[in-house]
Amino acid sequence: MSFEIPDDRRYLESHEWALEENGTVRVGISDFAQDELGDVVFVELPETGDDLTQEDEFGVIESIKAVSDLYAPVSGEVTAVNEDLFDAPELVNEDPFGEGWMLEIDADDTDELEALLSAEEYEDQIA
Amino acid sequence: MPLQTPPLRGVHAERGAKFTEFGGWDMPVEFDSIRTEHEAVREDVGIFDVSHMGQIHVTGPDATELMQRLTSNDVRRLEVGDSQYAVITDEEGHIIDDTVVYRLPDDDEAVGEPTYLFVPNAGTDEATHERWISYRNEWDLEATVDNRTDEYAMFAVQGPNAADLVADVTEESVTDLSRFEARYGTIDDVSCWIARTGYTGEDGFELIVPWSEAERTWSLFDCQPCGLGARDTLRIEAGLLLAGQDFDLESNPRTPYEAGIGFTVALDTEFVGRDALEKVSEEGSEERLVGFQLIDRGVPRHGYDITNTEGRVVGTVTSGTMSPSLEKAIGLGYVPTEYAEPGTTLQVVVRGQSKKARVETTPFIDTV
Repeated sequence: MSFEIPDDRRYLESHEWALEENGTVRVGISDFAQDELGDVVFVELPETGDDLTQEDEFGVIESIKAVSDLYAPVSGEVTAVNEDLFDAPELVNEDPFGEGWMLEIDADDTDELEALLSAEEYEDQIA
Repeated sequence: MPLQTPPLRGVHAERGAKFTEFGGWDMPVEFDSIRTEHEAVREDVGIFDVSHMGQIHVTGPDATELMQRLTSNDVRRLEVGDSQYAVITDEEGHIIDDTVVYRLPDDDEAVGEPTYLFVPNAGTDEATHERWISYRNEWDLEATVDNRTDEYAMFAVQGPNAADLVADVTEESVTDLSRFEARYGTIDDVSCWIARTGYTGEDGFELIVPWSEAERTWSLFDCQPCGLGARDTLRIEAGLLLAGQDFDLESNPRTPYEAGIGFTVALDTEFVGRDALEKVSEEGSEERLVGFQLIDRGVPRHGYDITNTEGRVVGTVTSGTMSPSLEKAIGLGYVPTEYAEPGTTLQVVVRGQSKKARVETTPFIDTV
């Protein structure tokens, strides 16, 4: 099976993606990750205004069969949370790189993203 | 220890299944999505490979007595082609395993000597076989006990349209079978044992098929293949127990009364654990398995604490899931009987946070 891996963003080994635009980083999980989890039924996310540290847990995603922690790709303050996921967690399965996004973070230092994997490196990891 | 592989491992892999270890077997957990498979069974029909279940064959002049003394239900009630749900208990009346006992037709060579086939859970067949042999020898009974787990595949065809599908595939009639009735049937010249039993709360059949014919037989069922993931969500909605999870002799010893399956206990028979269970039946149990629904957002999982409304831990979740049919978070767990009444408010501790829960009657859904 082949998975979508857009090359406009960077990836954590734990399968979160980070898409940066003007210092704001949008975060979600990859197509591969949503497929591994199966039907997503629950997400627990931080609140707007919370401070996150790179690679620390920021939330939890649950499918019918599994519970998985979510890790922050950059440090910074949460400026937006995708509240649609509370009523429609299946958006993570249906559109992991689009409507299934989870957070926006006002990054303290966008250079932190350099430590993440490129699309190509991430593809090698999940191969 | 290497995992045992079901006869259809390759067919399932080809079909794109994901696999998981279960009871020492490498089994398909998901083919398409748990929700899709679950809905197929609730609304139409789906097929499960349950070849990890054990099959133990017992025959001989004393077969009935051996079965009677090692299982909790009344085996004497079984005519040829009947089956019954039963538990295997230890001297204290704690459940070792749950099983379905089928009475097969007498062997042509030994008419009048009853023959039984019973189905212990995945990974327990060897210990169960040894238990039967050891008690047979101790009691000096004349019965042959064979572990045939590796000779048979087992499929479950389940759902409101299961009867039509199974009738199409088999040469003999099957739609006239009542719940828990069974007979030999023929599928593409293969003789199989076809029983109107299941583990989903829906109408359906379980078929015991020679291992060597598994692939050919499986391929004749044109319906949604389902994995252990959907099997679990379906059985939780139906309030059915999972061995090793909702009871476990080592980590969570329970009597059938505590587990809510007292109907499997025939106290007017003699079996290992009977005297202890008579005492429990007279004195009552302190705890009881209940179904509950989470009112707050969250998903209950095996091992989470259950507290009362003051926050004192009173029990443990043994099974839980997000119910695909009800779109509610539901679970099973043991609590003191004072909290077991439907409507009672409890809490389930999810990652350190107390989530409001309410005791519900089980099954959670309408079942056959």
